[in-house]
Amino acid sequence: MTTATATDAVLEVSDVTLRFGGLTSLDSVSLRHERGEVLAVIGPNGAGKTSLFNCLTGVYHPQEGTVTFRPEGGRDTAVLGRKPFQVNKLGIARTFQNIRLFNALTAVENVKIGVESHQRSGPIGAMLGLPRNRREERDSDDEAFRLLEFVGLSKRANEVSASLPYGDQRRLEIARALGTRPKLLLLDEPAAGTNPAEKRQLEVLIRDIAATGVSVLLIEHDMKLVMAVAANVVVLNFGQVIAAGTPQEIQRDPKVVEAYLGGDEAAGEA
Amino acid sequence: MTTAATSGAPATSTWQGLQRWSRRDEVRRAVSLVALMVTLAVITGPSGTQTAPYSGLRGSLFASHAIPFYVLAVVLALVALFGGRWTAAAVAPVRQLRERGRGVVIPRYVKLIALVLLAVLLLYYPTTLTPFWQTVLVDQMGIYVLLAVGLNVVVGFAGLLDLGYIAFFAIGAYTTAYFTDKLPVHPPFVLNPFFIFPIAVGAALLAGVILGGPTLRLRGDYLAIVTLGFGEIVRITAVNSDSLTNGPQGAFGIPHFAAFGYKWTLDSLPYYYLLLGVVAAIVFFFSRLNNSRVGRAWAAIREDEVAAAATGIPTLKFKLMAFAIGASTSGFAGVIYASKVGFINPDNFPLLLSILVLTMVIFGGMGSIPGVILGAAVLGWLPNYLRDYVPAQDRFIYFGALLIVMMIFRPQGLLPSKRRSRELRLSELGVGGADAMGTIPGTDA
Repeated sequence: MTTATATDAVLEVSDVTLRFGGLTSLDSVSLRHERGEVLAVIGPNGAGKTSLFNCLTGVYHPQEGTVTFRPEGGRDTAVLGRKPFQVNKLGIARTFQNIRLFNALTAVENVKIGVESHQRSGPIGAMLGLPRNRREERDSDDEAFRLLEFVGLSKRANEVSASLPYGDQRRLEIARALGTRPKLLLLDEPAAGTNPAEKRQLEVLIRDIAATGVSVLLIEHDMKLVMAVAANVVVLNFGQVIAAGTPQEIQRDPKVVEAYLGGDEAAGEA
Repeated sequence: MTTAATSGAPATSTWQGLQRWSRRDEVRRAVSLVALMVTLAVITGPSGTQTAPYSGLRGSLFASHAIPFYVLAVVLALVALFGGRWTAAAVAPVRQLRERGRGVVIPRYVKLIALVLLAVLLLYYPTTLTPFWQTVLVDQMGIYVLLAVGLNVVVGFAGLLDLGYIAFFAIGAYTTAYFTDKLPVHPPFVLNPFFIFPIAVGAALLAGVILGGPTLRLRGDYLAIVTLGFGEIVRITAVNSDSLTNGPQGAFGIPHFAAFGYKWTLDSLPYYYLLLGVVAAIVFFFSRLNNSRVGRAWAAIREDEVAAAATGIPTLKFKLMAFAIGASTSGFAGVIYASKVGFINPDNFPLLLSILVLTMVIFGGMGSIPGVILGAAVLGWLPNYLRDYVPAQDRFIYFGALLIVMMIFRPQGLLPSKRRSRELRLSELGVGGADAMGTIPGTDA
């Protein structure tokens, strides 16, 4: 892949190393995420994919390396060293491998919480019911319903999120993340546990998200989905990048085949 | 293991059957209730003597005194064992009605009439009470309602366990004593307590921020311990700083409120109306707050702090906000208390009081404003009501028994909030913790 010049990357990860005591979870990982594209990170179980996500979102603090985020028209910003909510404010939103919705809240409330992370009204205004608060409340409702519509959940807006079917919960989590108006969306195994019909919906949804100009970084086990939506693929194994390229190149790469068939329990992928 | 079960291919002994039966939830509840009632019978009965320590036990368990407890034990055990079916039958028509009523909007005038009726009741009824009950209404119920509504913001809305809540109440009360010049240190200017409200609220808020800033990074039990420590620090400082707080003697002669040409006196009723107004205003403001962006952010933090932070919520800031709002309310209540009672000393602010207010919040229904008001009112009223019926030393035994029975039958509280009861139900089902999902089948291969 030589299509990009240096300024086109929305995210640049260089030499990120993360250790837990003696265990090296990520070993000098580097990757470039081109603006507006869908980049997939694949790899066997335990390869460090979710650790990478946690480094990118301020949950883990890697010992070495840099992560640079370039919002459109903005300055280069270092991601490392920021707290999770600050990373979100930069414009990087995420979903979780094990769905982490606010279970007792309704679908629309979940999305509103995302939308409202950008609002500025405080407790005093809320208590007094100032015009600005009422306007923001209305905006948040409108935006939340628009996003629910976007992910195809508008009919379920007032249902308690824990009672939604699994695939709907996945999409609700995406809607909540989109509510924070990200430039870059990190999806951690969005297809895990969903049925084939839901997977096809998800494929369409990811394309739609990318079409709105949001770059998508995707961790996924389902190779069919990866092949269908990703422009580029990075393969991790034992915390190291072992291959990077287009899905077609990756599929032919002997190192990738070996990683997946080399006795790991995740063998037989795709 | 004498007999085998009559049915079923793998013969299970009655012993095993009994074991399995005894592990069922309703059986456990019934056993706990019976044990509780027997304990009550013993505690409220005659006590033993030094020469015959067990005489009290005999006198309690095998005397007519114990009979009401045994009757109650049987009734409660039956309710625990079969109550599920009865309540289901009893609730069915109500549920049907609610189902039918879904979508039907109660007209505004009906709500308005209900509100006016409630207001008339709250305004008129206290005037018919004896002075003793009027005092209870203010000192034992009104103040606690205000405290509970404030603590509900911290515990119920934001999910932070605060065991040092009474410290802010003390700070409010001592600020009042300071600015009415009743402490060894003299203030720059002397004010009537009525005008100390903003200062005391500010002081309590500041104390809340100072305590919360470094400690709100902690979670759950750790936060509880730190706040508990803070509560004790404030109390012990008040005990030991003789030159500042007058030590164990405390402050005397704090004047009653006087403002806008009206003077509060020893009469409790004017204080009641003041508290009623304050609580009404605070309820109005706090319910708005709970239904705003801030309230939703609190709910998010309470349910899943990691997800809340990943959704762009500055969790520390919002937790601090809840803490400060709770502390201010507590400080506000402290001013009213100091002015109403007229004298304060460190004994008025023990750890037990923090726990009592927390109990009121849980008893009423965490996160539900009507619930905590009812909880505080009921638990404030009960010991005074029992005063006429049971010996003084037994009063809090009944109080404790009520709490236990309540937690067995209705752990969500008297009037639980919808969100909170959903959370409770979900956690019983094992949903809620992010790890509850475990590995997701069908992910691999």
